[in-house]
Amino acid sequence: MSVSVPTSLNDALVALRQMPNARLLQGGTDTMVEINFNHFKPEHIVALRKVEELRQYSLGADSKSVHIGSGVPYKVLEAEPFLSIVPALAQASRTVGSPQIRAAGSLGGNLGTCSPAGDGLPVLSALDAVIHLRSIDEQRDVLIHDFMVGVKRNARKDDEIITGVTMPILQGFQGYSKVGVRNAMVISVASACLAIDQVGSTVRLALGAVGPTIIRCRETEQWLSTEVDIASSKFSNAIAVEFGRRAALEARPIDDHRSTAEYRRHAISVLAQRLLLKANS
Amino acid sequence: MTSENQMYQLNVNGDNRQVKDAWIGESLLYVLRERLDLPGSKGACEQGECGSCTVLLDGDAVCSCLVLAAAAIDSTITTVEGLMSDTVMGDTARAVSDVQAAFVTEGAVQCGFCTPGLIVAVHHLLDQNPSPTEIQVKEAISGNICRCTGYGRIFAAVNAVIESREKSK
Repeated sequence: MSVSVPTSLNDALVALRQMPNARLLQGGTDTMVEINFNHFKPEHIVALRKVEELRQYSLGADSKSVHIGSGVPYKVLEAEPFLSIVPALAQASRTVGSPQIRAAGSLGGNLGTCSPAGDGLPVLSALDAVIHLRSIDEQRDVLIHDFMVGVKRNARKDDEIITGVTMPILQGFQGYSKVGVRNAMVISVASACLAIDQVGSTVRLALGAVGPTIIRCRETEQWLSTEVDIASSKFSNAIAVEFGRRAALEARPIDDHRSTAEYRRHAISVLAQRLLLKANS
Repeated sequence: MTSENQMYQLNVNGDNRQVKDAWIGESLLYVLRERLDLPGSKGACEQGECGSCTVLLDGDAVCSCLVLAAAAIDSTITTVEGLMSDTVMGDTARAVSDVQAAFVTEGAVQCGFCTPGLIVAVHHLLDQNPSPTEIQVKEAISGNICRCTGYGRIFAAVNAVIESREKSK
């Protein structure tokens, strides 16, 4: 086994090309658990914590989008400017683990692990985020929906590094809610992200931990758009209840050690309903 | 690149320490305790849930069980041992920090297993924010689980430190 700690993106890409079977290590909050419990014995590790390029973020020229490096920790994402420009991302970041975990964990790690319970992922899905990937000879962008391909499986090739994500800065309500077995330090049993784009008059709802990957509720979104004027953001209780019921039908939960499918489906109906009521202007 | 059983160097509590004859996949927690003779950081869950292994890594409070030691080269690591006051009274009897002293006098130490992690987390909080609100204190130690105290004595200890630091300004 070997460990490489590159200090630039280029050095990291070179190291990865030399050892294509290497595990990329960002904050370590997933991989180190696997190693500590002997579930995984890596041959090579390329640790990215010293790659400064991955820890930067910047606003697009027109301030209509934000680019976030894959190594920016959640402790940065839970604060300003993210609270103002992508509030759902700040809220989701705030629910990740504990301060210790949020100082280490990042969207890059969330995307690399690609667990359906990853707290950042429903936000990326709701915002139609673009994932940026780099290898030595190629740079490509993949839409989040094409990036997540299954439980802990994604579209990253062995010699690629997730360099960052770009998401739009929308006008309108955004919220992220999750259910877990307690209030802090918990992995999602079910989660939901609601984002309203008042300018484009669209509503986006994405569900976490209730399917093999994040689920975008396209049918529920479509239904809501025909029922109410999204731009006005006025949602009655009856509409919110039906919104939750429909979202729950789009969930594809399973029974596992964290919860039952039945409870998860119920939780989604409540989360979606509450989020829509919160969106009332 | 560091390979199997190759030596590497960590900067811990201001000293450059050689890590020898270690498996390269070891966590920082394991290396601190078993290779560098720094048993202050405790190992309980080894999955980042309990906070008893909390150390400062480049100024961040993190779980040392989730840090790959060999990837922590060229970084500054502070363990609970490094938070003791610099007044060296002898090899073993170094002066405790104000946070440590307050934990003792306020009865915030019962079984003591979570204490080192809490001490590091509280030092980190008060260095960043000398006068935190109650909710900020709760938030700052939300990653440190204590099953004895019910936290009341821990909050009392934190408040005692805040007050005494305020007075000595």
